[in-house]
Parts: sequence; C-alpha cells; structure tokens
Amino acid sequence: MTSMAQTGDELQDLYRELILDHARSPRHFGKLPDATHSAEGINPLCGDKLKMYFRVDGDDRISDARFEGSGCAISVASASLLTDTVIGLHTSEALQYFSALVTRLAGVPSVDNENAGDGINLGKLRALEGVREFPSRVKCATLAWHALNSAIQRKSQPATTE
Amino acid sequence: MSHVRLTDAEDNIVDIGNCRADFPALAQNVNDHPLVYLDSAASSQQPAIVIDTVAEYQRHDHANVHRGVHTLSQRATEAYEGARDRICAFVNAASRREAVYTSGTTESINLVAQSFCRPTLKRGDKILITHLEHHSNIVPWQLVCEQTGAELLVAPIDQRGQVEADTLIAQLDDNVKMLAVAHVSNALGTVLPLPDIIREARSRGIPVLLDGAQAVPHMAVDVQSLDCDFYTFSGHKMFGPTGIGILYGKEAHLEKMPPYQGGGDMILEVRFDGTTYNDLPYKFEAGTPNISGAVGLGAAVDYLQSLGMDRIAKYESELLAYLTGQLQTVDGVRLIGTAKQKASVQSFLLDDIHPHDLGTILDRQGVAVRTGHHCAMPVMDFYGIVGTARASLALYNNRQDVDALVDGLGKAKEIFSR
Repeated sequence: MTSMAQTGDELQDLYRELILDHARSPRHFGKLPDATHSAEGINPLCGDKLKMYFRVDGDDRISDARFEGSGCAISVASASLLTDTVIGLHTSEALQYFSALVTRLAGVPSVDNENAGDGINLGKLRALEGVREFPSRVKCATLAWHALNSAIQRKSQPATTE
Repeated sequence: MSHVRLTDAEDNIVDIGNCRADFPALAQNVNDHPLVYLDSAASSQQPAIVIDTVAEYQRHDHANVHRGVHTLSQRATEAYEGARDRICAFVNAASRREAVYTSGTTESINLVAQSFCRPTLKRGDKILITHLEHHSNIVPWQLVCEQTGAELLVAPIDQRGQVEADTLIAQLDDNVKMLAVAHVSNALGTVLPLPDIIREARSRGIPVLLDGAQAVPHMAVDVQSLDCDFYTFSGHKMFGPTGIGILYGKEAHLEKMPPYQGGGDMILEVRFDGTTYNDLPYKFEAGTPNISGAVGLGAAVDYLQSLGMDRIAKYESELLAYLTGQLQTVDGVRLIGTAKQKASVQSFLLDDIHPHDLGTILDRQGVAVRTGHHCAMPVMDFYGIVGTARASLALYNNRQDVDALVDGLGKAKEIFSR
C-alpha cells in the first residue's frame, strides 16, 4: 500500500493545484499584435506547439507577454506561468529565470545561456518541480522557456526540446 | 513447439490468454504495479522462443550468409533462408522469390516507391492513398511525386474512420498508377474493405500495395487470395525483432524492377564495364542482411502458427469488443475510430485531459498506452484533435488488462477533477 500512496503522491505533486489552474485558465493567452520578439516552441514527439510573444521596450524591459497554441497541462501551465513571471523583467533577468528553471528541472545547467541563474528565487515556478520525477515530461515544462530564450536571443529556428 | 493448449473449443478464449506466460517482459512490475502492456501497435513484446532462438543463433551458428563453404556460414544460410520459407508459407506467397527481407514496412514501401514507381511515373500520373495512412505510407509517395511531378490523391474517411469502397473506387482512373492503402489502420483500427477495392483496381490494371504492419499480428493474411501486388510488414509488430521486415511482391513485378540499393550479395558478376544482378529475391538484398532478425522473425512466425491465426483473431475480436464496451462505461470517454470492421486498436480521449497527461498518469499505474498523433497526423487533423490515447491489443492481453486501464482512467479523472 505504501507504493500505491507514493504513486499517488508523485502524480499529485506533478499536477499541483497551481498547475491545473494555469492549464485550465491560462494567463495572457492569445496573440500580441505589437510584439517585438516571438518564437515557436515545438515538441515533435507529442505535438505540443506554443507560440510565445514578447514586447520589449527601449530599455530592454519586457512590457508584455502572451502565448498561444496547444499542449498538455504541464506545457500550457508552464507557458502561462512564464508570462506571469517575465512581464516587467529586464530581458537579461528573464534569461536568468530560464537558466535557473532548466537547471532546477533538468538537473543540468543550460548550455544556451552564460547566466547560470544562480541566486534566482523561482517563487511560484517551483510548482513545476513535480516533473523532476517524470523525466519524459521535463521537456513539456521547459518548452515555453526554450522559446523565450530563442525569442530574446532572436534565433530564427523554432525552439524544440529535442 | 508446445504453445498450443487447446483442450476443447470452449476453452479457446482462455487458452490464448494463457500465452501471456510465454512473454518474459510482461512478468514485471512497472512503477510498483504489474505491467499492463497496451502498446503492441507501436511495438510488440517477444516470446521467450523468439528471444532464445536469436540467442542460440548468435551463440552457435552465426557467420555471413551465401558466402562461405565453411560450416557456420552454411548454418547461418540455412537459418536465414529457412526463415524465409516459413514466412512465405505464413502469408501464402507463391514462391520464395517473392519475399524480400527489408528493415521493415517503411523500407518496403520506400523500395516500391523508388524501384517500381519512380522509373515510369510522370507528370499527370497519380498515386492514390487514403486519409488514414501511417506517415510511412504517405511520405514515400510524396517523395516520388516530388521527383516525378506525379500527384498524390487521398481517398476520404467518414466520421467513424471508415474508407467507403465506392468513394475510393470513384477516384480510380487511368492516371492512377499505384493504389497504396493500409490493411488495418494503426491509429483507428479500421480494417479496410480490401476485396472490393482490389477487385476494382485489378480490373483497371492498377497495382495495389498494402501496408500490412497492423494486420499480420492479428489475422490470417493470404497474399494470393488478397490478390495484391505488394504486401509489406514488420517483424517487431508481430512478436519478432526490430529492424527486420518483408516486402512481398508479385514475381513479375520484382523481375522488372531495378535494384533499390547496390552492394554485395545482390550481384552475379561485377565488372567495371557493367554488373549483372543476382536473382530474386537477392537482387533487393544488398549488403550483409539482418540475419539474426530474420531468424527471429522466422521463430515469431512459428509461434503465431502454433497458436493459429484464426484463433488469435477470434480471441482479439472479443477482447476488443470488451475494451470498447468498458471504455464506454467511463463518463467523459470519447472513442476515436468506431468503424464496423476493426482490429486490435481503440483510440480515445477522456474529458479535456490532454493525451500526454493521460499517458503519464496511466504509466504511473503500470499501464502502457501510446499517446499523441500515432504517426498519422492527417487523421488527427480530420478529427480536429492534437492526438489521442491509444490502447492496442495483442494475443497476450486479457480482460484484466482492460480493467486496469479503466481503473487508471478513474485515477486520471480524480486528479484532474481537483
């Protein structure tokens, strides 16, 4: 029975209430007509496809963020949490969140960014930590963040988690 | 072979279910639950007799085939060619010259597209497929169309996921140079109305290729009675190893087709001013083949024949009806693929839970299903969905597996209703 309980706990930990809330009611969902930066995130294996939009002002501050697309609860919740997090941040701070989150979830530092994200307080993004017990789902949780990184660094290819 | 446990007709159903014990991989716990393997349409598990036959071959008999006078080479050749003979008998090919070893269904279809179609295909010609094909029966034809200027036509499916024979037949005209269709749909489980379609194509002289990957493990296949020109299947979906499969082709076609790849074993004589090619089927088997894979496929065929394909089909048909019925008892389940004639597969959605989330929750309870587009994106587009969860059955599944799946769906509802 212990194992049954553990199984349940891991799933409860993955699908925390905050995750389910953001998956059901994603924040900042839709197009951003005056976006200055955008990128797609595609997971070819499961078909998740997100488009992330950002408006970056002259002082390199992200003044608005939106996203559209479809995906599993984890990838949609993560994209929604991303928009909540990065609005108001300097682009370099946003990239630090990207690094900190990928490091935290995947257990390896991101090779895409020199800013290791040390000292970043992930705050409510820690709700995504449940994926660490589900290696096949880490890419769902990081998809939007890879797209953020591509958009800010203006990479022309869609971001993928593969 | 002692896998047949037939006592009397009444016990048939139970007997097939007992063959589960022949599959070592099924006797394990996954995530602290007994494994419930419902993903055989992606790849099936192997019975001990296949695993052991391959291991014995590797331990004692391996050498290159068709090359040496030494004893091991002769043993390897006998094992490799003996398997071919048994595979031919299994699908009732008229001659061993008609069965080409390939790496699987995908290579078989590409071989036909490039070697049979490409040399003669021209602008204005058409290739007809259906809307429910696996990507491997779409993309090879797109490639050859790009290369030749030919056009790819798609026969529609209805809401149940069926191909209407009359609708498809109406698309057959003199410009159609190949009809390439699934025998059984991997995403929907639909069994296509082949007799009507093939009869009409035959009467118009249109060659027919069948993607049999999802049919061969589940029903008796007789290529002569189907009267198709090409039939393709994969070892790893019929309890054999990966990386081995078959292209069956009518001898008259294979004779005329140029080699697909050049190399050793496919030649009679090589000179710098010209090479003469080997006889069938070796003309299409360039290079050292997947010998152990062929040996394993031969063992898988023996295993299936020991159980009897008709008994397997009957058992699976009843189990599929049970699966479909049980899924319908779950509030919020939407079945995708409800054709009248089906085999082994049921795709479905649960509430608005993304299939990927469903797959994770089921896996935590030991239940393995495939989630996503099943390499059939046009099917998903047709239904306006991103993917499905798919439970696929094989001869080793039983009602307890179905019950475990249904219990797992209850758990998913519980988690997502918080």
